[in-house]
Amino acid sequence: MASAEGIRVESRDELALRTGEDVVRLRQGVRERAIAVGLSLVDQTKIVTAASELGRNTIQYGGGGTVSIETVANGSRRGLRLEFVDQGPGIADIGLAMKDGYTTGGGLGLGLSGAKRLSDQFEIDSAPGKGTRIAIVRWKPY
Amino acid sequence: MERIPILRMGRFLLVTIQVDMHDQLALTLQDDLTERIVKERAKGVLIDISSLDVVDSFIGRMISNIAGMSRVLDAQTVVVGMRPAVAITLVELGLNLAGVRTALNVEKGMALLQGAAP
Repeated sequence: MASAEGIRVESRDELALRTGEDVVRLRQGVRERAIAVGLSLVDQTKIVTAASELGRNTIQYGGGGTVSIETVANGSRRGLRLEFVDQGPGIADIGLAMKDGYTTGGGLGLGLSGAKRLSDQFEIDSAPGKGTRIAIVRWKPY
Repeated sequence: MERIPILRMGRFLLVTIQVDMHDQLALTLQDDLTERIVKERAKGVLIDISSLDVVDSFIGRMISNIAGMSRVLDAQTVVVGMRPAVAITLVELGLNLAGVRTALNVEKGMALLQGAAP
């Protein structure tokens, strides 16, 4: 991801995620950046939707946190990378949390699995008591 | 408190969502609509989402909830105007809005409601 070889971060914005209004701001910020990177309308919609799911999770399960919105490039290829970080209780069983329909919060259980399907790259790092970090990337096709 | 307006047209209720809703606003709309269906004895609800450029699982669930609650209250719900990019994304997200009737635009949605409750 950002630390991986060859990927360069061109711009970076950070937003706090505490309230439902922050998720609205996140959607707007991701949309603006996705347009700037040159993603198609469908790809913009996919990454904004994934951002909305993950942002809500950060607030609901992580007790709030931050998101970093990054314009990235790998050679001539550009993309949008989002990294969600919280210091919440963490996820004990990531495999289970990634399953469609599994939820501990009364939702549909599509947030994590759906966000992964809507992204080109998905990375999750979490352990009980250690918080959660999730990064996704959507690349502009060549 | 911020609210999405609900209009009455004869036996039907009409909602046009024109703002990017935060979750609480979506929940308030769900509650308001359920109350209005009973109060107005509405036979149908038409929800126009043509202004929405994103429908995530929360909004999708709200739409399914409204359709389910109105059915129990003897009213039909039709969702109209979904943008193609939103439809593609919703299905990939894993939501198919089972049990929710849809139409391409307000006119077709109204025709559906009138056919369902003549």
